[in-house]
Amino acid sequence: MKRIITILFILSSFTWLIAYETPFFRAKDRPYDKGDAIILEWKLPAAIDSVQILKADSLGVYQPLFIPTEGETSFVDQDLSYDTDYQYRLLAFSSTDADSLQLSAYAVTKQNWFYLDKLAYLLMLIILSAAIIYYILAAKRGKEFFIRRISGLDSMEEAIGRATEKGKPILFVPGVSELGDIQTLSSLSILSQLAYRAAEYNTEIIVPCRFSMVLSAAREVVKEAYLKAGRSDAFREESIFYLTDDQFGFVAGIDGIIVREEPAANFFLGSFYAESLILAETGLSTGAIQTAGTANAHQLPFFVVSCDYTLIGEELFAASAYLSRDAQQVGSLKGHDFGKLLVIVLILVGVALEIAGISWLKSFLMGAGA
Amino acid sequence: MKRNIPLILAFLAGLLMIVSEFIPHRPFSNMVETLEEWFMIIAGFSIVLGLASLLQMNYQKISTKAENWGYHLACVIAFAVMVIIGALWGMEDQPGLLGQGEKIISWLGKKPFDYTYDNALVPLSATMFSLLAFFIASAAYRAFIIRTFESNLLMISAVIVILGRTGFGTMLTSWIPENYRFWQLPVLADFIMQYPNTAAQRAILISASLGIIGSSLRIILGIERSYLGGDK
Repeated sequence: MKRIITILFILSSFTWLIAYETPFFRAKDRPYDKGDAIILEWKLPAAIDSVQILKADSLGVYQPLFIPTEGETSFVDQDLSYDTDYQYRLLAFSSTDADSLQLSAYAVTKQNWFYLDKLAYLLMLIILSAAIIYYILAAKRGKEFFIRRISGLDSMEEAIGRATEKGKPILFVPGVSELGDIQTLSSLSILSQLAYRAAEYNTEIIVPCRFSMVLSAAREVVKEAYLKAGRSDAFREESIFYLTDDQFGFVAGIDGIIVREEPAANFFLGSFYAESLILAETGLSTGAIQTAGTANAHQLPFFVVSCDYTLIGEELFAASAYLSRDAQQVGSLKGHDFGKLLVIVLILVGVALEIAGISWLKSFLMGAGA
Repeated sequence: MKRNIPLILAFLAGLLMIVSEFIPHRPFSNMVETLEEWFMIIAGFSIVLGLASLLQMNYQKISTKAENWGYHLACVIAFAVMVIIGALWGMEDQPGLLGQGEKIISWLGKKPFDYTYDNALVPLSATMFSLLAFFIASAAYRAFIIRTFESNLLMISAVIVILGRTGFGTMLTSWIPENYRFWQLPVLADFIMQYPNTAAQRAILISASLGIIGSSLRIILGIERSYLGGDK
């Protein structure tokens, strides 16, 4: 009998040990980041009613940091400094128990050498870059590539011809973004080709700019184009001018130019926002031949409705290669096409895997590799 | 040499930006912020260039009494007024040459620069922006004229979305039984916006992103150099 009671006692002790949840509160550096976050995790007995997390400030005084909602068991403290020791305290209150629970934890933020959650992006970038470089090298070796017609760019000659016939200027707006925007750079590349042809036809080109940096680059681009065309004498610096940094002031200025000067051809190429329709509709009212292009998808419908030709998304970036017909640049366009193929394959495989209930590819691509 | 130095700089800056995107450790972790600060400093200097261009262009029009020269005169006067009142009394919390201008604030309610900005520039900007309402109406009218199969589809989906987003659309199809809820206009409008519309937008975004990668690579490798003015 004594033996049975002893066994039962031992068994019940084990059961109690299993059933009892040891409360814990720990802090750890978030892995694969720039040392700006600490992950706090905790587990508390079910009887706890409310929890508060405190953080020690520079003087060591604990200040309230976060009040978790019911069921929450982790928190990420962000915007921290690297290589710094952070101390935390968790206070848990229970109405049934007389004593509150107080747990402490600390961690040191560390900078890491790789964002593991960006591994998928890195792989994609390497594959795409390798494909683009491969096609550029192939083009350099003399391989010829076919590129489909882009009517918006083919129309450039027509637009310049019409402006020349009518004796009216060409208006070129390089978007409303700064020089740091890749769309502005692509726009300036197109401007280079357009200015070259305008110089050949001896047609005036007007380039209003929203930012001084863009003005400086646009002037250089047009000047070089006129020089290349052997018409440096026809280059007029004052045709490329600064209007204003203010978005709608800039629009008002361009609308004024459109209405007063009545350019025969308008080019709106670059980054555009709310002003896209105002510009395009004003241009339409004067009967100008209009070509627009932007990678801002939400502005494309406005341009499609009001312009004769619209460069959609990637066509803006392909324009320079398309117009220059430079073998290396055309080769890089083939690299884009490879990228598109890769994306299509990934989408199809991803959809098939998701339907089959396998999510690792989606998680990997979404950056859950960390 | 004139062309090579910018190309080398573009290559190094581009490479650094790519590397810093994947390495969270210093000095790469704050590289983007540092280069952005450099850009802001250079942009600050270039403002002088912009102002010189603005004054030069307007002066030329005024001096030659070109057509509509009065507008250019108004522009120069407005520019001068803003510079003068900004320099004399400052803006917001920043003092000007005459201090904070308490007397003039008690008369106008705020500093002259802020007063002019809020009562001239802001309403003028709002006026330009409000033109959008009329332009959208005229553009929509043109877009919805049925000419081809595609414009027919556009018209039908536009009507569904417009009606589906109004109480009238809800009222029109509220009689449809719950089992056929999909055909209620608000649900149909949500479907069009959520699936076909999002799919098309994402397709454009993906292809544009690929174009950005290609363009960036061409610029970094020095293949695309027309933004510098030419090939030589």
